[in-house]
Amino acid sequence: MESLGIVFALTGAIMAALVAGVGSAIAVGMAGEAAAGVVTDDPSKFSKVLILQLLPGTQGIYGLLIAFITLTQIGVLGGSSEMSLAKGLLYFAACLPMAIVGYFSAIKQARASLASISLVSKKPDQFGKAMIFPAMVETYAILALLISILSIMGIAPLAI
Amino acid sequence: MAVLQMQRITICALKRDRKQLLEYLQRRGVIEITNEISEDEVFHKMDVNVAVSLLEKGKRNAEEAIRILNEMVPVKKSMLDGLNGRSVVSKKEYDEFAEKSEKVSRIVSRIVQIEKQLAESKAELIRMSMQSEMLLPWVNLDVPLNFKGTKKTIAYIGSIPGEWSLEQIYAEISEIEKVTIDIIFSSKTNTNVFILCEKTESERAIEKLREMGFAYQTLQTAKAPKEMEADLKLEEKEVNLDIEALLEELTELSSHRSEIEFFQDYATMRLHKYEVLGQLPQSKSIFVITGYLPNEDCESIETGILEKFEAFVEFESPSENEEVPVKLKNNKFVEPLEGTIESFSLPGKGEIDPTTVTAIFYYVLFGLMLSDAVYGLVMVAGCGFVLLKFGKKMEDGIKKAMKMFFFCGISTTFWGVMFGSYLGDIVDTFSTTFLGKTTSIAPVWFFPVKEPMRMLVFSMLLGIIHLIAGLTMKLYQNLKQKDYSGIVYDVIFWYFLLLGSIFALMGVPTFTNTLGVTFVLPEVVTKTGGILALIGAVGIVLTNGRESKNPFKRFLKGLYALYGITGYLSDILSYSRLLALGLATGVICTVINKMASMTATGILGIIPFLIIVIFGHTLNIAINALGAYVHTTRLQYVEFFGKFYNGGGRSFRPFDVKTKYYKIKEN
Repeated sequence: MESLGIVFALTGAIMAALVAGVGSAIAVGMAGEAAAGVVTDDPSKFSKVLILQLLPGTQGIYGLLIAFITLTQIGVLGGSSEMSLAKGLLYFAACLPMAIVGYFSAIKQARASLASISLVSKKPDQFGKAMIFPAMVETYAILALLISILSIMGIAPLAI
Repeated sequence: MAVLQMQRITICALKRDRKQLLEYLQRRGVIEITNEISEDEVFHKMDVNVAVSLLEKGKRNAEEAIRILNEMVPVKKSMLDGLNGRSVVSKKEYDEFAEKSEKVSRIVSRIVQIEKQLAESKAELIRMSMQSEMLLPWVNLDVPLNFKGTKKTIAYIGSIPGEWSLEQIYAEISEIEKVTIDIIFSSKTNTNVFILCEKTESERAIEKLREMGFAYQTLQTAKAPKEMEADLKLEEKEVNLDIEALLEELTELSSHRSEIEFFQDYATMRLHKYEVLGQLPQSKSIFVITGYLPNEDCESIETGILEKFEAFVEFESPSENEEVPVKLKNNKFVEPLEGTIESFSLPGKGEIDPTTVTAIFYYVLFGLMLSDAVYGLVMVAGCGFVLLKFGKKMEDGIKKAMKMFFFCGISTTFWGVMFGSYLGDIVDTFSTTFLGKTTSIAPVWFFPVKEPMRMLVFSMLLGIIHLIAGLTMKLYQNLKQKDYSGIVYDVIFWYFLLLGSIFALMGVPTFTNTLGVTFVLPEVVTKTGGILALIGAVGIVLTNGRESKNPFKRFLKGLYALYGITGYLSDILSYSRLLALGLATGVICTVINKMASMTATGILGIIPFLIIVIFGHTLNIAINALGAYVHTTRLQYVEFFGKFYNGGGRSFRPFDVKTKYYKIKEN
């Protein structure tokens, strides 16, 4: 049983990269379809809609980030990987905010991006505002990222 | 930082000068023309519909011609060519073009015509290839397809569904004696046959054939299919030659590309001029222009006009309630942010220009989010190179963006040095992998990756400073609007509440422990903080509902305003993105470096190492610069502007040269 700690810790790391990554992939895909539609009409809007398409892609990167920090902390990338079951579970829990919030915020952000893309296609001069709407959703992914990072960093010194 | 002071201008001049005067104003491009005087017995507006529609047609044709040329005879352009902006043309060249315009107009129509002919020829080719495809199954027949028979015989040319052999068909119509059958072509789906029988047998024959499902073929040609095909080939060759000739002519005409571009611009400018002309009130011998222009241009416009024309020019200050168009003017350092302000909204009536403060925070926040010395240097070098090489020719918008990223790059480098990030930990990775010992560059301040809590506190502190700056802007704005009660009620009380609560919280051990603050404030300070916060809170409750007369409603509104403190809380927490994005850059750098070092074994390992490092970091800089750009903008628009700025100003749109390819220089 004792050796299960690392299993949970690694599962947590993988979940963060996996779930958030899937979310971002779906999200960027959705936004990409709409962006391509706009470019069919007016190729000069490419750079603007590209930025809007990329916005929901960050959750996947945050997921990767959490996964990587976890991997270094738990010693999978070199060092000792011995840990108690409790610690493993803690790491698992610490990765969950990024995994879950990352997934849902990516998809919701993609919906905001879709709306913004159609806004930009009609009023290209409103790009600044259009960019803010998806960015609002991302706030929550950032908050989740923050809590995940702080938790992961805080687990190592705990004496359990 | 300033919103430019505007003046109203009225110009009264002789009618015969109207075109030259308008052209002069258009080239100067500093007056926004307004349409104020309505028609009466003396002043009439000119009908310009005919001229406008003619010019529109010319412009459309030129656009079409350029599109055709770009499609058929593309010019190679490098990526950076787009930065060159419009070419400059002198006024003399512009004037001389009037003579050439007739000729260019003919070239333009010829190009449009060529495209039509090309399209027709191509359609012809398609039709021919379809025809020869239909002929293909009959190509072995050596009589014309409309061959009906001889004097004594009758011919049936057509197809029977299904695959038939000669014997099968003979067997099917064995009752008919004098008949000859040829299978011209056969496939799984049908068999094309040529059947010749005596006229006397024809009725029986057709009956039999019908039973087999025989259908006459539909191509009625007077020539044998073989000949037909040869004819088609010949025709095809001719059409192809035609197309070649047309393309050649197009290539020849493409040498006039720059003239056509000029023609388009020429038409655009004249179109614009005529549109303005149509709005101007004109009497028998004079006409009047009214508009706005920035204070600083008044003098030069007046002398310019009076030098060239007989005219009367008058300036007056706009009245209080007028909706004056807004133009910003700032120094070179903060000017790049004008675009960001404009894409939010220009300052409304009585508001101040927030560009300077926004710019300073923009550079700082952007740098913090990207925070890598090498990334910063790459941005500085890239933008600096483009600015140096194309700086003079570049269009304003791109130039501003380049400058903005240049300054952001400097800030990024600064924060990178502070936090010891040079392509992440590339120095450590490289020395460990290739030199066998670990060397690292120590940060000037601290490693955010190792002390995230410290970075979080710093981020939020910066957030508080940003928000307080926003409040201070409101104070300044109220001062300008002479709203002195607003200063106390909406700004000072909030200062009390915010700063007071921060000092009071510093006295709470759980709070200081979480933040990792080591020093302890004397009790007097924390107590005073608490009292100040209380005064602020009470003040806000009592005053912030001051529009309402009903005291109860007033109190409730005040309470609701105090609830706004939660807004400040979430605003401050929002600055935690500074930490998150900064860490994102750093950690992804580490990931890239780690991957690179895994591939590097031995001396030759340096090649894959370099490839991964270059490719990975290019990707990272793109993604994180985008993130930094978006989130810095958000912090400005939502958190900072939320404190004092509403916007709503109308942007200044001068009557100027809105061309695509050329700029006309005065003199």
